[in-house]
Amino acid sequence: MKSLEDLKKMREAALNKVQMREGGKDYRVVVGMATCGIAAGARPVLNRLVEETAANDYNCVVTQTGCIGMCIYEPIVEVFGKEGEHTTYIHVDPDKAARILEEHIKNGHVIEEYTVDAAVNGGK
Amino acid sequence: MMPDLATHLLEIIQNSIAAGARNVCIRVLESIVSNTIVMEVEDDGKGMSEETVRSVTDPFTTSRTTRKVGLGTSFLKGLTDACDGSLSIESELGKGTTVTAKVRRDHIDLPGMGDFGEMIMICIQGAEECDIRFEYGVDENRFLFDTAEVKEMLEGVSIAEPEILIWIRGYINEGIERVKEIGL
Ligand SMILES: Nc1ncnc2c1ncn2[C@@H]1O[C@H](COP(=O)(O)OP(=O)(O)OP(=O)(O)O)[C@@H](O)[C@H]1O
Repeated sequence: MKSLEDLKKMREAALNKVQMREGGKDYRVVVGMATCGIAAGARPVLNRLVEETAANDYNCVVTQTGCIGMCIYEPIVEVFGKEGEHTTYIHVDPDKAARILEEHIKNGHVIEEYTVDAAVNGGK
Repeated sequence: MMPDLATHLLEIIQNSIAAGARNVCIRVLESIVSNTIVMEVEDDGKGMSEETVRSVTDPFTTSRTTRKVGLGTSFLKGLTDACDGSLSIESELGKGTTVTAKVRRDHIDLPGMGDFGEMIMICIQGAEECDIRFEYGVDENRFLFDTAEVKEMLEGVSIAEPEILIWIRGYINEGIERVKEIGL
């Protein structure tokens, strides 16, 4: 059974990790969590992003935003890099989310086929 | 559209956060005795005028600029209408808002409860600086969770660290299970 006391141990572990990684994270992974996103399934996507980031200590912070203005493409995940470069992934599901972290955040490769550009440019 | 009660509530809490709330209190109170579930979200955000309150369950009310219809509250209204319930919104500009939804507990059209631990985890993740209290009850038994308490324990470590968020999700769901078991 979990108790609030567990947090003391978790605090130590978190502090150690923060010290090791100085200088913050390289990527920001942003999920659209307005009603349109949530209705389209953004909730399990966010959930999976948080789980995978915790399990693999990926070099990113996961955050949320409101309606991105492209409701038909939800769930949407945007990845922002350090130099301000920016990729928009659309129709993301939990498994795609896990792949985005592994390929894009860990290996540095954009997964073109999941991006909004692929959809818009008829890259079917 | 909305698969479960937790997702409905998440919507309402997101509105509170968007309204700049520093404190949000969420209550999910089941009563076997009176065959009801009451779900309430109380915030100290910017509040709404009487006119906005009156129109808020109409999908054509939204302050969004990205899209013309607001969905969250009208979905909840749809749920309470479908499940022998009621929806009340009390709000005062500059003070805050309380949204209370009541439904019949054994209504055949009532969706499942969903994952309240995940719901709170998502809220914290999206609004670290906001203090969130969550209360779950079955008749007189209660489970209480308060981010202020967690933040105090964490001293300087962010409550939005992914490991902590996952722990919180589990802690809340365990608490809910315990209350349900006592209730039996
Ligand atoms: N807790 C609240 N505090 C202040 N204003 C609110 C609150 N809840 C709703 N509102 C107001 O009512 C409007 C309609 O809310 P509603 O949930 O229907 O849609 P939305 O939040 O605009 O968009 P969506 O829910 O589709 O993402 C909001 O835009 C906001 O102006």
